[in-house]
Amino acid sequence: MGLQNTIQYLVDAGMHPAQTVHGSLAESGREAIGCFPSFAPEELVYAAGFLPVGMWGGKTGYTHADKYMQSFACSVMRANLEFGITGTYRMLRAVLVPTLCDTLKCMCENWKTAVPDIPVIGISYPQNRTDAVAKRQLMAELNRIKAELEQLSGTPITEAVLGESLQVYDAFREAINHFTAVSGQYSTTINAKTRHYILKASYFMDKAEYTRLLNALTDSLTARPMDSYLGLKVVATGIMVDSEALLDLLDEHGITIVSDALLHESGQFQALHEGTGSALEQIAERYLRINGISLLYEPRKPRGAMLAELVRKSGADAVIAFMMKFCDPEEFDYPIYQKELTRAGIPVLQIEIDQVVDSIEQIRTRLQTFIEMLI
Amino acid sequence: MSVMNEVEIRMDTAISSKEMMNQILKTHYKNAMEAKKRGKLVCWSTSIAPQELLEAMGIITVYPENHAAAIGARKCAPELIAHTEANGYSLDLCSYARVNLAYAEVLHSEAENIPLPDVLFCSSNICHTVIKWYENLSVMLNIPLIMIDMPFNFTYELLPHNLQYVTEQIESAVAQLEQVTGEKLDPSRLRKVMEISNETSLWWRKATALAAHVPSPLKGFDLFNYMGIMVCSRGTEEGRKLFKLWYEELETKARQGAGPWPDQAETYRVLWDGIACWPHLSTTYKTLKNLGMNMVTSTYPKSWDIVYESGDIAGMAKAYTGNVFANRNLKYNVESLVEIVHRYKLDGMIFHSNRSCKLMGFRQYEVQRRITELTGIPTVIFDGDQTDPRTFSSAQYETRVQALKEMMDSKKAERSMR
Repeated sequence: MGLQNTIQYLVDAGMHPAQTVHGSLAESGREAIGCFPSFAPEELVYAAGFLPVGMWGGKTGYTHADKYMQSFACSVMRANLEFGITGTYRMLRAVLVPTLCDTLKCMCENWKTAVPDIPVIGISYPQNRTDAVAKRQLMAELNRIKAELEQLSGTPITEAVLGESLQVYDAFREAINHFTAVSGQYSTTINAKTRHYILKASYFMDKAEYTRLLNALTDSLTARPMDSYLGLKVVATGIMVDSEALLDLLDEHGITIVSDALLHESGQFQALHEGTGSALEQIAERYLRINGISLLYEPRKPRGAMLAELVRKSGADAVIAFMMKFCDPEEFDYPIYQKELTRAGIPVLQIEIDQVVDSIEQIRTRLQTFIEMLI
Repeated sequence: MSVMNEVEIRMDTAISSKEMMNQILKTHYKNAMEAKKRGKLVCWSTSIAPQELLEAMGIITVYPENHAAAIGARKCAPELIAHTEANGYSLDLCSYARVNLAYAEVLHSEAENIPLPDVLFCSSNICHTVIKWYENLSVMLNIPLIMIDMPFNFTYELLPHNLQYVTEQIESAVAQLEQVTGEKLDPSRLRKVMEISNETSLWWRKATALAAHVPSPLKGFDLFNYMGIMVCSRGTEEGRKLFKLWYEELETKARQGAGPWPDQAETYRVLWDGIACWPHLSTTYKTLKNLGMNMVTSTYPKSWDIVYESGDIAGMAKAYTGNVFANRNLKYNVESLVEIVHRYKLDGMIFHSNRSCKLMGFRQYEVQRRITELTGIPTVIFDGDQTDPRTFSSAQYETRVQALKEMMDSKKAERSMR
């Protein structure tokens, strides 16, 4: 498969989740388990013989979800519930819900009633990750999840199989990190929209197959001369940027995402497994090492410094904060890192978004004003 | 002598519990301001955190949620909220946080003043929001934050490893407090404070349970006021005395068959789900009273019913993790409410869809459906906010409450037909 074909293949896979998931299931003969944002232990799901499927909402109305949650719930959760109720997720054997924010806690409870055919497995991740006691709790919790998955699959997850799964995930995360490190230099070939859908595809495909394709893509890409930049280079931050209209708008203005601190993207791929402990311990330790994530308790709030470092390393001109409406953790982080970045002389633009962006013209005006200020 | 009692409070029995409550509050804030001036360490804490540790170590503690509620009730919230929003905070965030984050910079409110903290103490049993709110305070003020994570219980029974995790964090919090204060915790003092806290909680339980009498001796909105003392003084002698006195007053009223109001009969008994609308306390209360509706209870009495064996840290961890209604799963919430409906002989339920509180709000629709299905009592839901006056519409509230009354009227008529 040539470069353009691989790009097109992955973009299509990211743009058509249902089709991609069904294709992956048919090919592997596996069943699927849904993974809510964020940090479901996919390595365990994969080792249990299931295809982990990322559940990050999508474009839909909320007719059924509105019977469970008020309109001031974030659009990702409303969409997931709507998809659950209307049958879009009927291929899932179960869903994993890490209760990492107040809406996720309620989601876990509402799902039990709203989507009774798909069992929900809640996950209690420790928030107090700096405390030594967190690892003990997390190991016990991961063992509980492991047992639940074993019950669903009917097969024990051995250390060897879990170890292999960790290797698959490390290779996958390395591939993504390599791709995102260079994709910014190919701003025309891999524009904002292409970048997003290539990364999104990873949530619906077998990770080993995805890794193979992405590595091939990156190799072909880096064999070519770099593209020249058309406009601003930015670091994107927030939960995710999934609106096609918004991505088109970024591309229309030649904006290149040279690096990101998006939960949906680098937030998932940032750390590899390390250490000499058991496979489960390595999963636990990876979670305890993740940083710059709004859903997690981080007493010294490192996100501002982290974003400044990403700007420095990537040579970005600015940070765009894509603020997912009604996401409390993100809304608490923003004023702190905005202040820190401004103090460091880094321009920040906040754009409030839902998964379905209705007011694109308003965003266009704000974006144009921002660009004019910087150029 | 307790931390609070540095300025004497009149504790003679001649005063009413209401007078005592006002004195305790006044002294609580006055002592905190004076202690800060004297260079004493001040702590800000969330409302259902293990205050036993703070009280036992003699740490002057004030509670931003109490403070924000007082600011809201005295209609002073808008200017603080505007300040926080101008700092880049979304208007969709918890309004207690929006009030407090401004106060931490402005340091003045006509309603009430509290001293700036030197240390922060936070428990996540009430929500995830407080974690983020206190994180921000910690960075803004550059002071240490001691956070005790109390995981949400999506299982009906609490998971043993989560309780172990909370227990170990409480032990670790002691070490952190000792480091911050440079003093050792005296175990016998902790045991004493635990004993007092348990007794206060038991008096709170007994007092609020008296509302099961028909008519209820408790004018339900009083719960919102007394609750503030459960937050700030349940580990003190004053707190224990107050709730014993309150119980005795209510018990006397119950024995005499007295209802909530001298000038009006209790026609209907309702439960209020959620926090009060502090800026609209009078409107929300009077609308109910005018229709003879007494809020006899809420989901709150259970939240401060924190009872365990004195000296038992694991028991304390369990009580704090499991007693907060919002930290339990939907099945538990529904079962508790059904039991409350029967025990308190409720005629109806009012759900406050509180824009500030996603954790309480996003289960209300399903809870409401199940309560209707399991008990047959009518329920309504209205939109409001705990401190931000902009979300509440008195017209919508009155219409919903009126609708509730009509539904309760027809239920009553059905019953009398039978």
